[in-house]
Amino acid sequence: MNATSLPATADTRRDAADLRADRAFRWLVSAAGVLVLVSLISAALSMLWGGRQAFSRFGLEFFWRDAWNPVLQDFGALVPIYGTLVTALIAMVIAVPISFGIAMFLTEIAPKWLRTPVGAAIELLAGIPSIIYGMWGLFVLVPFLAEHVYPWVDDNLGGIPGIGAVFSGPPLGLGMGTAGLVLAIMVIPFISSVMREVFLTVPGQLKESAYALGSTKTEVVWDVVLPYTRSAVIGGIFLGLGRALGETMAVTFVLGNAHRLTVSLLEPGNSIAATIANEFAEADSPMYLSSLIALGFVLFMVTFVVLTIARLMLRQLKKREGN
Amino acid sequence: MSASLYRRRRAKNAIVQLLAVGAAVFGLFWLVWIMWTTLSKGIGAMNLALFTEMTPPPGAEGGGMLNAFFGSMIMSLLGIAIGAPVGVLAGTFLAEYSRNSWIGETVRFVNDILLSAPSIVLGLFVYTLVVAQMGHFSALAGAIALAFIVLPVVVRTTDEMLQLVPTQMREAALSLGVPQWKVIVQVLYRSSMPGIVTGILLALARISGETAPLLFTALNNQYWTTNVLSPMANVPVVIFQYAMSPYENWHSLAWAGAFVLTMFVLLVSLLARYIVLRNKIAHD
Repeated sequence: MNATSLPATADTRRDAADLRADRAFRWLVSAAGVLVLVSLISAALSMLWGGRQAFSRFGLEFFWRDAWNPVLQDFGALVPIYGTLVTALIAMVIAVPISFGIAMFLTEIAPKWLRTPVGAAIELLAGIPSIIYGMWGLFVLVPFLAEHVYPWVDDNLGGIPGIGAVFSGPPLGLGMGTAGLVLAIMVIPFISSVMREVFLTVPGQLKESAYALGSTKTEVVWDVVLPYTRSAVIGGIFLGLGRALGETMAVTFVLGNAHRLTVSLLEPGNSIAATIANEFAEADSPMYLSSLIALGFVLFMVTFVVLTIARLMLRQLKKREGN
Repeated sequence: MSASLYRRRRAKNAIVQLLAVGAAVFGLFWLVWIMWTTLSKGIGAMNLALFTEMTPPPGAEGGGMLNAFFGSMIMSLLGIAIGAPVGVLAGTFLAEYSRNSWIGETVRFVNDILLSAPSIVLGLFVYTLVVAQMGHFSALAGAIALAFIVLPVVVRTTDEMLQLVPTQMREAALSLGVPQWKVIVQVLYRSSMPGIVTGILLALARISGETAPLLFTALNNQYWTTNVLSPMANVPVVIFQYAMSPYENWHSLAWAGAFVLTMFVLLVSLLARYIVLRNKIAHD
């Protein structure tokens, strides 16, 4: 039987219409999917393009020059890059052990009735807009640290030979240390909720067998739960690190916005995100603007690498779950 | 020997457990402190003028944030209107058309990266894409920047929700001769609607507090405007400028704005949780 012998009934006409609609829908959703892909690539390319003047003028030197002088049109990324890395590092040093403690509390220690409310409360911290952290940091935390904490730090730790320089300086309250602390508070909910979730994926039998052998809770978490979830835990930590590197508003409020290279945690500094947020509106020359966008490109690349590592590590556990 | 080892293990366990409890208290401590500050300073600065008057010029007394609330509402809704449909479609692509294919895996991966990419970077991206091309700041550019934040959240929840729909449901519909797009639109979307709405609400909560990407897309505007092609006031940027200013009057306005913003964000995320919870109970 060939096609021409068939009369074009209403049914086949509907089939053809369905086919067309199906194809159009498929095309539509594929376009949306590809758009996601394209938007990431074009974000990177557009910033590379926007920063081309800075890159062509300063070359690779852009990354390690500490100059930042809009009047002389002389720009380098070293101070913001340094500030970004130092504040993120401080945040991680505080946030990782605390988050681990919270996750352990929520999965092994706390009584059942307490787990949901405490977990929800910690997650509330993640929902508060970062500008609120910034305001609280500037108006509440900064004066508190300047009055009660930093003078003590300067007096007691500033004199230690070698590392004293890190802890000495005028007690302004603003600075790298404060920014690191605020960042830590902001990333704790992210890291601890990832840790809690992956801890919950550990098979009950595994933990029970360890308990049956007489292990303490500490030993179960450290020797059974943590090895089982290691890659996902590292993924969660990198997720928090990515957040700390790119966080803008909170840091802008408490970092002090000073383009100076200093080892002291008590002195103001700058970060990539804070520099862009503070200075973008007043960038009056193409070279200034281009340098700021070039900074954005650097930030994007750094967070891209960190987030990629985070996702790859988090995926490890999912794969194992699938098997 | 073994008794002392036993004691040491018990002591270590007790210390570690104490530290873990301390960590949880530490986390809650900051939450309480920040919420307390926002509540006490925000309620003190609340008044009727906040919702009826425009943002004041430097040095002037009084004033409110009416134009900023309006601008935030317009830009958030526009951001959702642009970002959410594309997100739902892209999520559909991942769940229904490219499961286990390399392109699907790549898109999913890239979407996860976008989900946690710094928002200031997305702002810069939209600046070069829209603002630099148009030659001026605009609420539309702000909304596009927000749409890029909405997109990955909605993609992710749509993808996850569609994957939760049992395969039998698709097979049942297809076996009746329903074309695939109708299966997706009329069967799958309907059954995963609460999840998708939750994703959109979470995205709304997230963008209503976003400041960094609006700094160089929507900028700010001291006056009332309904023109989306001009700069528009919005709550986060007004809070930023007023909090950084030296004026007491502006500070208290910033606190009032912060209070309203925080309450809004918390309410929306609570609503999102409630929808998920209610749906879960209905399924059990």
